[in-house]
Amino acid sequence: MLELAVKGNKWYWGWLIVLLGVIGAGFGLYLMQLKFGLGITGMSRDVSWGFYIANFTYLVGVAAGGVMVVLPYYLHDYKAYGKVTILGEFLAIAAVIMCLLFIMVDLGQPMRALNVILYPTPNSVLFYDAIVLNGYLFLNLVIGWNVLEAERNGVHYQSWLKPLIYLSIPWAVSIHTVTAYLYCGLPGRHFWLTAILAPRFLASAFAAGPALLVLLCLFIRRFTNFDPGKEQIQSLAKTVAYAITINVFFLLCEVFVAFYSQIPGHTTHLNYLFVGLHGHGALVPWMWGSMILMATGIVLTVTPATRKNETSLMIACIVIIMGTWIDKGLGMISGGFVPNPMHEVNEYAPTMPEIGITLGVYAVGALVLTVLYKMAIGVKEEVHG
Amino acid sequence: MKNSRRRFLQMAGVSALGLGAKPMLNAFAAGGGEGPDYHVATGEDALTAKQWAMVIDTRKLQTAEDLEPIVEACNKIHNIPTAIQNKNHEIKWIWETHYHNAFTDKTNNFLNEEVAHRPFLLLCNHCENPPCVRACPTQATFKRESDGIVLMDFHRCIGCRFCMAACPFGARSFNFRDPRPFIEENSEEFPTRMKGVVEKCNFCAERLAVGKMPACVEASKGAIAFGDLYDEHSEVRELLKENYTIRRKQTLGTEPSVYYIV
Repeated sequence: MLELAVKGNKWYWGWLIVLLGVIGAGFGLYLMQLKFGLGITGMSRDVSWGFYIANFTYLVGVAAGGVMVVLPYYLHDYKAYGKVTILGEFLAIAAVIMCLLFIMVDLGQPMRALNVILYPTPNSVLFYDAIVLNGYLFLNLVIGWNVLEAERNGVHYQSWLKPLIYLSIPWAVSIHTVTAYLYCGLPGRHFWLTAILAPRFLASAFAAGPALLVLLCLFIRRFTNFDPGKEQIQSLAKTVAYAITINVFFLLCEVFVAFYSQIPGHTTHLNYLFVGLHGHGALVPWMWGSMILMATGIVLTVTPATRKNETSLMIACIVIIMGTWIDKGLGMISGGFVPNPMHEVNEYAPTMPEIGITLGVYAVGALVLTVLYKMAIGVKEEVHG
Repeated sequence: MKNSRRRFLQMAGVSALGLGAKPMLNAFAAGGGEGPDYHVATGEDALTAKQWAMVIDTRKLQTAEDLEPIVEACNKIHNIPTAIQNKNHEIKWIWETHYHNAFTDKTNNFLNEEVAHRPFLLLCNHCENPPCVRACPTQATFKRESDGIVLMDFHRCIGCRFCMAACPFGARSFNFRDPRPFIEENSEEFPTRMKGVVEKCNFCAERLAVGKMPACVEASKGAIAFGDLYDEHSEVRELLKENYTIRRKQTLGTEPSVYYIV
């Protein structure tokens, strides 16, 4: 099927060249980081995880979000999604690849990364994270590729795929659960120390992942001969509506517990994020922006008229992606580290090289996604066109 | 022919998978959480304990000048890169802070003025139940079974900084850049570190091994006691018996081994 990915118009090739350029620049900056150390980032003794881990966390969600098309199709036999499951699976592949790259660029000694396998440590959550992420990548590659190839050949996919498909559904939940467990099992980090963190991550994932899929479907319909379908897009939009509402509900539960109990350990991080602490409030405008974006997203996706109108739906998906990214990416990681265990406030902001490397990783993801989608759409055009 | 080659490759693949699974199975069998499995010889003069612990008598350390030689002794012996100017990249094993920063959960509004102005020493607590050890994915940080010291293997650490997030005491530092140019006076007693690894206080394991007390204890002129927590006749146990002591964030259940007399 790879031959489908090397046949494209000038826009396709132009886009790939742009992505390669961004990847090259990001790689150059990464070499700089490799030489100097992680000191070229904005991270510090107090905020020891930053932009890389934040984006990693967000993208685990995007990867898990793919299950929102896989589950209805295979478990509920919702036939309409047959057209788009491959888009969810291929999005998951691109997202997991970015996750793994973000972990790699975050390591102080990346050449020692295999120590995680050489000295397997079952009491470390990172050990399980490595297993579930690589496993999810493998599952989606095998399932996505074989199902697509079967569709191209006009036959039913191999029967041995079925158990793998069923396995991939709880596996999607596991990747984001384990990622939340990285944070919520740490004593002394009260912002993360909440049993609702994994559910919250999943809610935000099931909003952001499908929202991105809606945007990709709209794009594909506009620029290719394959139409993912109106019904499919509307069903995805309903998933987004539920998930983003639940996400905000979970956040409000956190706010209630913190401010009704008034336990300082719980309120102090939220105070830092939303009103600032001891005169430090770099994230305050971002966090309120995130709230406004997510609230707008709820209004636009819950209201039938704006959900059914594809222009307003597009806007809704964009604001939801932005809102959840700020909430989970910027706020969740920095917010947990500020103030530090001694209640001192040292803020974090990513540096230019750090942002450049991040963009490089995103460009790798976009490249993988473009090539995979090119193949998928090529097959769909052959079969349906 | 073709078939047998294919069969061979399949078998090779399965065998490789089996070999790869071996360390994995070993890890589960061992229960995990133990240190690297190499042999460490014990010297003749080595000081031993079931669980090393420290009692800091803060009444005897009233001013910043009292703390200075203690912190300096540690910095010097352990090649701490004290010349790093950027606060973000700071490396510290033992350092000074205020009461309300050290004991965030034991701060009163109208605190005894003398205590409020007294400097407090912070260092790794060598917890009996260390969350950093639980978090480390490579056992690069581990609790030594022989004496309870939480140690670092600088050569195994991958620099993921999970231990820094896990430590509730802010005791760990990361080498954001090569520390060597920032060491003011090179010491032969302890190896220097490289960029990209985490480090922290090691209760002077290298000194205990040759029969010496930790550098900070030696420099404290009797203000810091060090001994076996599970030997009821040890100096630390005597002090704990006679004085009311506090520990940092006890409620978290990590069981810190550093006690403070206030």
